[in-house]
Amino acid sequence: MSIESAPAPTTGSTQVGAPQGRKGKPVRSEGKRAERRLGLLLAAPAAIIIVGVTAYPILYAIWLSLLRYDLRFPADQAFVGLANYATVLTSGYWWSAFGVTMLITIVSVAIEFVLGLALALLMHRTLVARGLVRTVILIPYGIVTVVAAFSWQFAWTPDKGYLAALLPDGSAPLTDFASAMAIIIVAEVWKTTPFMALLLLAGLALVPDDLLKAAQVDGAGAWQRLTQIILPMMKPAILVALLFRTLDAFRVFDNIYILTQGSNGTGSVSMLGYNNLFKAFNLGIGSAISVLIFLCVGLIAILFIKLFGASAPGSEPTGRR
Amino acid sequence: MPEPLRSSARRPRGRPLLAGTCALLTAAAVAGCGSAAVGPPVLNFYTPADNAEGYAAAAEACTAEAGGRYSVVQQTLPKSADDQRLQLARRLVAGDTAVDLLGIDVTWTAEFAEAGWVQQLPDDVAAQVTDGTLEGPLATATYQDALWAAPLNTNTQILWYRKDLAPTPPATWDEMIDASERLGEQGLPSYIEVQGAQYEGITVWFNTLINSAGGQIVDEDGNVRIGEGQAAQQALDIMQRVAASPASDPSLSVNKENDGRLAMEAGTAAFQINYPFVYASINTPPPDGGGGGTFIDDQGKPSATDTGRRVIDEFAWAPYPAVNAGEPAKPTIGGLNIAVSATSLHKDLAFEAMQCLRNRDNQLRNATEGGVPPTLEALYSDPSFQAEYPAWEAIKNSLDNASVRPQTPAYTSISIVLSDMLNPPAAIDPAALAPQLVDQVEAAVKSEGLVP
Repeated sequence: MSIESAPAPTTGSTQVGAPQGRKGKPVRSEGKRAERRLGLLLAAPAAIIIVGVTAYPILYAIWLSLLRYDLRFPADQAFVGLANYATVLTSGYWWSAFGVTMLITIVSVAIEFVLGLALALLMHRTLVARGLVRTVILIPYGIVTVVAAFSWQFAWTPDKGYLAALLPDGSAPLTDFASAMAIIIVAEVWKTTPFMALLLLAGLALVPDDLLKAAQVDGAGAWQRLTQIILPMMKPAILVALLFRTLDAFRVFDNIYILTQGSNGTGSVSMLGYNNLFKAFNLGIGSAISVLIFLCVGLIAILFIKLFGASAPGSEPTGRR
Repeated sequence: MPEPLRSSARRPRGRPLLAGTCALLTAAAVAGCGSAAVGPPVLNFYTPADNAEGYAAAAEACTAEAGGRYSVVQQTLPKSADDQRLQLARRLVAGDTAVDLLGIDVTWTAEFAEAGWVQQLPDDVAAQVTDGTLEGPLATATYQDALWAAPLNTNTQILWYRKDLAPTPPATWDEMIDASERLGEQGLPSYIEVQGAQYEGITVWFNTLINSAGGQIVDEDGNVRIGEGQAAQQALDIMQRVAASPASDPSLSVNKENDGRLAMEAGTAAFQINYPFVYASINTPPPDGGGGGTFIDDQGKPSATDTGRRVIDEFAWAPYPAVNAGEPAKPTIGGLNIAVSATSLHKDLAFEAMQCLRNRDNQLRNATEGGVPPTLEALYSDPSFQAEYPAWEAIKNSLDNASVRPQTPAYTSISIVLSDMLNPPAAIDPAALAPQLVDQVEAAVKSEGLVP
């Protein structure tokens, strides 16, 4: 992490301290500028392709969301402005899916954070078989989500599953809202806690050992060291980990698609978008849902960066010290 | 309409000629004709994964019958109907010319026709297809008084029951619910197995009940009729009572066809509304089938010890229970139709192949090996068919009284909305739900609202 962040001031200076840098070293600027131009030229093809494959579909989806466009009624196509958004936002289906999605997001990310931090501390402190411990912890993250979801589904299916066998006879946990949601969240947590732990482990490396030892000498207990030193020092890593996971969790699809197919009111917003696009073939409404999900995700990202303020990625530890 | 048909008729004529020349030249051992592009036209026949071997065999037989004018190649679609429909729609919307013949579910006819994905049958072909084909299956291939597909297989539900638990089969749902509750009080197997999960199956259940009660979901002109009369309330009331009865299967709200079959074979069910595959299944040894079901004791309860008596000894069938005594039920019809894609380059040949694929031999093979009842009326009096389907009379009777699911392009949306609102069936409040169904189905028909 420290090696990566080392060149930050120089690249950062082109933006924040650009005038200074140019004035300070006018002799080198010629070569630097040529280098920069070459860099841009080299990066351009990749950048253009990325814009082409991301910007085009996004803009096309936004355009579709403004149309009445149902594959089953090709003749009945018209520009309807924001009517599709009105339909979605006044529909009970959207709001119940939104509630379900938020519930999954908040609960699973909270649990993942606590477990992930514990695992990160464990991995950080492990003295023996470090590689083995890290590998074992990462296994769930390496398993394809759909495959894992199928194994959870079998595990919870009455008569077949080893987990369902632990429950009282006749209970089918995937058929009831509360227990199905719990299972979906458990599957999410099991699957992505390692990812959280890995990101937090990188953050732990930012915490200088001297500081912890000094605090210990001053009589700070383990809890105090965690909350007063480790967590504040890790803030940038925590932001990145929480942001990534929140965005991921908000778009939850695979687990629900396999575990419940959205029955008993367990469908997320992504499921709703999928059903309207690929079952109802309603491109207008389906695209409106997709755009709304995109906006929600953008809003979450902005909220996170506002909440965590200066510790956003880019204004990294070097800036704070 | 006749014009494009004729123009498409002209095109393929060049090909057999070319192929013929090519064959001649190769026979003369002249090199250079071996390119794959110049063989007889290849017609791709996209079918569901279930019974794919049967359809492939039919494709082979029809290739042989065509005598080199065309060949039919069977292509397998996914197992689930939703995935099949999605894949076909994607190909057809993209104008894939390699799709010639498609096996489409009976509920997709209106949708595929309205979207312009399938070709209407020319009059002469329509006349040949209509001749000798059962009326119910034909209705599923009809949209706005025109035939858009040829019925290949059909399917229908009847009542399967245990004759030790119910010496006379219940004729109505009321009788069946009463009988089930009496059995439950005696501690005997009492479940009524029916498709209660949130999927197409629960829509089928509702469609059968509302039609049997004299109602309808949507009429041929796309008008929503759920709100008319008492039929919807009667149907909803039956569904609620079956699911909420103390004698009901606790997992009814997630049960599909196979779960019902398994409950019957495991000896916990007394009654089962299901398709004829359950008969084949209980007669098939494990692991593919139920192997006669579990052992049952003197009272009829499932037993772990060898009592010498199995479920199959008491397994019987009867007509689908009625809603109102004296008015026969109208079971919802299922099955598969063959359509010709609007994107096909060889439509004339495809129509010819369509008729071959559904001829007597191929339908009989599908019936005996694939477990799907035929659509040709004559086959029901065929001894080899009757041998394989001892319940053929009940099946035929069911097909003769059949009801068709709403023939509207928005059917899939209607079904999703209905299955969402009807599940779980135990929580249905008939008086409150009926008006809600009207609103939601209205929106779905116009493709205005969201689907859950």
